[in-house]
Amino acid sequence: MVEILLDATVRAGTPILFATLGAILNERAGIINLGIEGLMLIGALAGFAGTFYSGSPLIGILAAFAVTFAAGSIHALITVQLRGNQIVSGLAMTMFGIGVTALFGRGMVGQTISGLERLPIPGLSQLPIIGRAFFQQDLLIYTSFVLVFLLWFFLYRTRIGLALRTVGENPAAADTCGISVSLYRFLAVTTGAGLVGIGGAYLSLAMTPMWIENMSAGRGWIAVALVIFSGWSSGKAMFGAYLFGGITAMQLRFQAIGTDISTHILQMLPYVFTILVLVVSTIRLQKGSSQQPQGLGLPYDREDRK
Amino acid sequence: MSELLHIQNIRKTFPGVVALDDVSFTVASGEIHTLLGENGAGKSTLMNVLTGLYHPDSGRMHLAGQPVHFTSPRDSLSRGIGMVHQHFMLVPAHSVFENILLALDKVALVYDRKHYKQKIQKLIDTFELDLDLDTEVWKLSIGAQQWIELIKLLLRDCRLLILDEPTAVLTPQEAARLFKVLRLLQQQGKSIIFISHKMREVMEISDRVTVLKKGSSIATLKRGDFDAETLAGLMIGQDRIPQWQKNLQMSEKIILDIKNLSARNDRGLADLDDFSLQLKEGEILGIAGVAGNGQKALAEALTGLRDVSKGKIFAGAVDITHSSARSSYISGIAHIPEDRKSIGIAPDLDVADNLIMKSFKNSLFRLGIFQNRRAIRRNAEDKVSRFAIKSGPDGSPVRYLSGGNIQKVIIARELSEQPRVLVALYPTRGLDIGSAEYIHKVIVDGAGSGMSTILIAEDLDELLKLSDRIAVMFRGRLIGYADPRHTSREEIGLMMSGECREISL
Amino acid sequence: MKLVIERRDISSTLLRLTAPVVSIAVALLFAGVLILAAGINPFDAYREILYEAVGSTYGLSETLVKATPLIFAGLGVSLAFRMQIWNIGAEGQIYMGAMGATWVALFSGLENHWLLMIAMFCAAFVCGGLWAGVAGLLRARWSVNEVIVTLMMNYIAILLVNYLIYGPWRDPQGFNFPLTAQFADAARFANFFDTRLHSGFFLALFCALLLYLFMERTIWGYQIKVIGSNPQAARYAGMRTGVAIFAVLFLSGAIAGVAGLSEVAGLQYRLQHGISSGYGYTAIIIAWLARRSALGVIIVSLLMGILLVGGDSLQMLWQLPIAFVYAFQGLILFFLLGSDFFIQYRVKLIKGVQGG
Repeated sequence: MVEILLDATVRAGTPILFATLGAILNERAGIINLGIEGLMLIGALAGFAGTFYSGSPLIGILAAFAVTFAAGSIHALITVQLRGNQIVSGLAMTMFGIGVTALFGRGMVGQTISGLERLPIPGLSQLPIIGRAFFQQDLLIYTSFVLVFLLWFFLYRTRIGLALRTVGENPAAADTCGISVSLYRFLAVTTGAGLVGIGGAYLSLAMTPMWIENMSAGRGWIAVALVIFSGWSSGKAMFGAYLFGGITAMQLRFQAIGTDISTHILQMLPYVFTILVLVVSTIRLQKGSSQQPQGLGLPYDREDRK
Repeated sequence: MSELLHIQNIRKTFPGVVALDDVSFTVASGEIHTLLGENGAGKSTLMNVLTGLYHPDSGRMHLAGQPVHFTSPRDSLSRGIGMVHQHFMLVPAHSVFENILLALDKVALVYDRKHYKQKIQKLIDTFELDLDLDTEVWKLSIGAQQWIELIKLLLRDCRLLILDEPTAVLTPQEAARLFKVLRLLQQQGKSIIFISHKMREVMEISDRVTVLKKGSSIATLKRGDFDAETLAGLMIGQDRIPQWQKNLQMSEKIILDIKNLSARNDRGLADLDDFSLQLKEGEILGIAGVAGNGQKALAEALTGLRDVSKGKIFAGAVDITHSSARSSYISGIAHIPEDRKSIGIAPDLDVADNLIMKSFKNSLFRLGIFQNRRAIRRNAEDKVSRFAIKSGPDGSPVRYLSGGNIQKVIIARELSEQPRVLVALYPTRGLDIGSAEYIHKVIVDGAGSGMSTILIAEDLDELLKLSDRIAVMFRGRLIGYADPRHTSREEIGLMMSGECREISL
Repeated sequence: MKLVIERRDISSTLLRLTAPVVSIAVALLFAGVLILAAGINPFDAYREILYEAVGSTYGLSETLVKATPLIFAGLGVSLAFRMQIWNIGAEGQIYMGAMGATWVALFSGLENHWLLMIAMFCAAFVCGGLWAGVAGLLRARWSVNEVIVTLMMNYIAILLVNYLIYGPWRDPQGFNFPLTAQFADAARFANFFDTRLHSGFFLALFCALLLYLFMERTIWGYQIKVIGSNPQAARYAGMRTGVAIFAVLFLSGAIAGVAGLSEVAGLQYRLQHGISSGYGYTAIIIAWLARRSALGVIIVSLLMGILLVGGDSLQMLWQLPIAFVYAFQGLILFFLLGSDFFIQYRVKLIKGVQGG
């Protein structure tokens, strides 16, 4: 029983994990991205369509990354090169994503694909309790494990990662060191968007192998909250994502079992929880020395330094 | 000494402002060359052009005989020109090591931490600096942070170092240490452009001095050819530096009594530590101290913007310790804030709206819940003429005004209720001489009509010129009083770095 | 050769006025391309939109009907914007307002028309206001980001309404459909000209006037402007920013809640799915486009109304999903942000080395 719940937790948490990691990459460079919900949908559709037409989920995943990378470049162009308001641009991206996927997804409604298969790791997959959840999963989930570590290593043990963090904390300092703030930000936004897209693809390739209009149902927003909850660190992001995965898994379980609590009330849980998580994280932020990138949300203009 | 840098006829404009009109000078190798000029003369702008941050509209630069045009700070850095800015380019959340590493050249993607740590530590030891590589920068003093900036440049083998007002945040003792290091570097053949507007330092350290005034290079003088008066004259354009007639008959009535004030910031560190002070009626009390020793906390505590954990403030007989900002204002304490653009004004609103920011609830300016726009406008007209505020067309946002005029708006607003105490926090920072003089006049005139001023300033000369008494702050405490007429700068400097002095006043 | 970007000292007025218009035009172009890519002739589509929305008196009345909730929500969101607060929760606040009004209409026992009107208005106002007030409280007290909170409240609100219409408030005579009973005549708005145009529209115009007076002529509007311009300066001047944050969000949500009242009492006469089909999100675009003008909100709302009416018919005729309107709105925002850049900055091409 616990095994199945844990398995469902990991699976439900994975799309949120990818999205959160992508968002962390954005925000570490100093750019707020509220378009995650829209990007997830774009990734979901691109991934589904890619798999449908090519027959291979791998192509689908690549397609999801590429298309969302391109979509993310719109947000990047507006917020970085054109110094536009980051919040509005993100909201616009979400709306755009919802609308454009509804339009182009018409042809995909009702189609089926064979989704991602589970690939058990010999030996480890037989472990009690955690075996199924962590070692009998599909390729993307294994990738997500690696990605959590990679992101940490990248940010804290490489020169480019240090440069990226500096761009987010104090772009003027980075500029003085000869780091191209706009290039780093642009790439961080687009690559982060690509990761979000993969998260979206997981929805349409593994969780429910089909395309439904607006299928992300707010997960993108939960990812935005999780970035704050995770203190902009990939390890804690994993914890947060699985926390939500757990809530979703339990909520589905209750619905399956059938309880007196109305399904609608149960569905509120993730959203209510997001608010609580956000409040707690924000309060924690105020107390300690801030882990938030100090340059977050502010456009960088070299000539403003007078 | 060979010529390292040659700058010719540089011109740079910004929207609405000519920052540099026609600047030319040269720097030899192994020379300490000072750029002298008042606030707004164009020193920082010139250096930003030199390092490639800004692009000049016209003019030429030659480095070691070759014509150069830098397109970015990276560009100039690669040619050996490095700058320590007035506002540090550090990341407070990162460690000393990470900040320095960032500035290095040719670091591998996955770098060898140990190797670089050793290399940096060696340099730190050479100059006998006291830096721990793993400490986060926000924990360090400003003087220490400046050393980090310097190390960054030294590791890049810069042959020309530019230091922009480096002693602004140092005690006289720390400044002396810096000068020792600079002379060491000079011996190694490096050139230094030293930017300052502090006459004494210029006299002490410079081999040559170039004076900048209103965006043009006025003159370049060699050591031995200049003295303080000549330089000051060139800088300001007059031979005499005006002295204020100070009001020598001060009443002994205590108008503000601050007792054992303590306040903590959100990091848990003490901003004010058992601070006590007494302000007399009609007195100009200067508060000296390196920025960051509690001055801002004091100003905020006095004007109701910050709460204190211990201690009391008495305005006459009234306990105003825990007053809000509103009631402070009402009880007669006015406040000129530190950073006018970020606290003092609402930038998108016009002058009239800004002038009533503290008094909009007066029955004068309202009819019930509605505002009396006519009265508000009349008030604006009155203040604009009285304080000679150069505002734009009616209704234009106040952020388009010059720094000096914005300060005037703030002063007009604060003084409109005839306050008994004015708390001024770095009121002339970044202003041109004319505007600064105006503010000094306002303070002195106010003293004449019985208004007391607590003047918190960085420039010791300003304090010495205006104050009746000077109190020195260090780490949130009152270290001692000084008499502007009798106490020497060195003694004040010692107090500023924490040494108590037995001076009773 | 290098591209240099410089800030303008005074933004060009000409650009500032033409930018919204140009952005919409370019967005139309891009949207047309997307529609084409989806297999629909964009010219036909645009012609159809205009024809349906303004080509007949009935069409015009439908546009006004669609514009009504947009005006309310747009006013609410733009009020929050004046203080730099992002109310993304107008959608949920509309639902809550509708819920409150419905309760009064169906379960309060009131029967007098004017009493009902007043009570329904108050209920919608308070419900919408409190719903936004949650975010206001969190922001004022703990600086919690209101974007995410108001957004989450949207999902919760819709689920709450679902719960009610599937459950305790379901119409016993409704053939098990998820909707409430119909309102009695006394609980409905009046209609005009034999169309669906109802008094909600005129109430919205009145609301716009009130909001204009509030912002430009009262001491509260003044404080909101100061806080919006520089919250630190406002605090330094002694204004109570925490109270203001809560009050503004409450008011913002309350006005949006009235949109909900307008929909249930003027149009649908019951609480059911789709009380608001994205009006709350459209309101954000409206508020952003209209900048600080109540009149602007009305004008842009009318434009959006045209879009929505047209969109409905496009869905019927060519199965263009109504959600596509979101994409169009997103495009408008993108181009508006892009044009903002040209308003604030000047781009120059400079040659490399200058003389030497």
